[in-house]
Amino acid sequence: MIRVETLSKRYGEAPPVVDDLSMEVAAGEICAVVGTSGSGKTTLLRMINRLVEPSAGRVLIAGEDTRNLRGHELRRRIGYVIQGHGLFPHWSVADNIGTVPRLLRWKRAAIDARVDELLALFGMEPATYRDRRPAELSGGQQQRVGVARALAARPDVLLMDEPFGALDPVIRGRAQDELAAVQARLGTTVVLVTHDMEEAVRLGHRIAVMDAGRLLQCATPAEMMARPATPFVEALVGGAERPFRLLSLDRVEAAVEPGEADGPPIDAGANLREALSACLWSGRDALPVERNGQRIGRVTLAALRRRAAPEAGTPAP
Amino acid sequence: MRLLGAAWRIALLLGLVAFLARPSLFAPVFAPLTRFDAPPIYDGTSLLSLTLNHLALTGAATLCASLLALGLAILVTRPAGAEFLPFSRALANAGQTFPPVAVLALTVPLLGFGAAPTFLALFLYGLLPVFENALAGLSGVSPGVSEAARGSGMTGPQRLALVELPLAAPVILSGIRLSAIVSLGTATVGSTVAAKTLGEVVIAGLLSGNTAFVLQGGLIVAALAILINDAFLWVEGRVRARLG
Ligand SMILES: Nc1ncnc2c1ncn2[C@@H]1O[C@H](COP(=O)(O)OP(=O)(O)O)[C@@H](O)[C@H]1O
Ligand SMILES: [Mg+2]
Repeated sequence: MIRVETLSKRYGEAPPVVDDLSMEVAAGEICAVVGTSGSGKTTLLRMINRLVEPSAGRVLIAGEDTRNLRGHELRRRIGYVIQGHGLFPHWSVADNIGTVPRLLRWKRAAIDARVDELLALFGMEPATYRDRRPAELSGGQQQRVGVARALAARPDVLLMDEPFGALDPVIRGRAQDELAAVQARLGTTVVLVTHDMEEAVRLGHRIAVMDAGRLLQCATPAEMMARPATPFVEALVGGAERPFRLLSLDRVEAAVEPGEADGPPIDAGANLREALSACLWSGRDALPVERNGQRIGRVTLAALRRRAAPEAGTPAP
Repeated sequence: MRLLGAAWRIALLLGLVAFLARPSLFAPVFAPLTRFDAPPIYDGTSLLSLTLNHLALTGAATLCASLLALGLAILVTRPAGAEFLPFSRALANAGQTFPPVAVLALTVPLLGFGAAPTFLALFLYGLLPVFENALAGLSGVSPGVSEAARGSGMTGPQRLALVELPLAAPVILSGIRLSAIVSLGTATVGSTVAAKTLGEVVIAGLLSGNTAFVLQGGLIVAALAILINDAFLWVEGRVRARLG
């Protein structure tokens, strides 16, 4: 869906901010771009919608060179969300969400319907919130309106630059789950910039690690943890957290086996990290697993232990 | 308290209108200030026509100064126009540096006596407040908001019209208010070069030692200044409220 080819950006004589970077994001996937501050993540993102013009290389979206469109026309087709939401303070929530449809000259009724649809999608009662000003919303609500605004014109591609950076941890977790659900439902292709590895593992189908303008590795979270390309990547994904991150990638249903176990059951949709946590907390070696209230088997501590080690975490390539 | 404020503004407005429409009714008020049976009310030119003229001159100068200053501020806040910033600043500052009296003295030989040199002096004097305020307002739009406007696919003119100008409007308006009030007072000086402004009344009073004239000229200008200032403040308040 998005194809970045030998993309570079230099400012003057300084070393390039983005250096000969190539990558691909498949349609319907979330690609999380991580890296330390100043590694060029934002610049890469802004070159995709041409808020920054590349010094060299090109970007294709759905096979089409982005230079074939005028910058503002390209940007009307690509959703864009930034940290701190950037809502227009002088417009109502509805006007904010309707920004791009208005620029595209949709009919009034179509815009109104779309605004209500998006508010409902993000769990905000349209009648209550439509006419509010951004200042009258909580941080979490402002962030949702920011995402709704980016999705309003049904873009195939959504670019997000640390969209949850300004939220407190509890709200952030909820916003991440919500984004994952909305993305799965709409099938939007997402490039999400973050400096939070936890967020990248949680949301990214693939993770791209950048350092000093270069792409070090672009792989699924499991692959990356199992076979980090460089010590830098290893340090970023690794540390003491690695087994738990690995476990958090899979659902309980992937590790379920026949058999009985005692105590309260765990849902098949929960992740393995939650299963491990339940085992440890209740002192059990196995948990019964349920799907839609039906017993379907059990998950054992031994199985979890196997999956927390790198070889078992990923299928062989 | 607000009610009291509004009431006294309305009383002021009614008083001003009454005085301009029927100055003779107020003759007894001003009579004690005259000596040797001098006329208590200025009658060289009707006070109403002087006031209207004064307002027209001030209004025209403020309007033109505001348009040019706003245009310059918009120009220098565009990427392509940033290099004109020092020049525009210098121009606006120069307008403020020359005292209006000096401008009058220097331009009368070129433009002759009357409204033209006064207009020029007021125009130059009015540039700076609008320019500086518009500059502050336009460059004060938060980076996140500008970024979002660009990222949404607004063109340059759309960003200006839909986002930057509306957000800067209260600050720009207070610059125009400042310019208008200063102009209103300064226009009196124009009468020294025979512009038909309320300064004529004051000057006539000074020349003939008639305190009543001086006072009525001054009072009309003061009342106008208060009322215009209030009107601007009211509009600014409304605009600010709409910005949420
Ligand atoms: N307009 C610019 N001019 C010069 N240097 C810039 C510009 N924009 C970004 N940079 C530099 O590029 C580097 C990468 O910035 P950025 O892409 O924002 O990194 P990240 O988002 O990963 O923190 C930084 O060192 C920054 O100073
Ligand atoms: Mg950044």
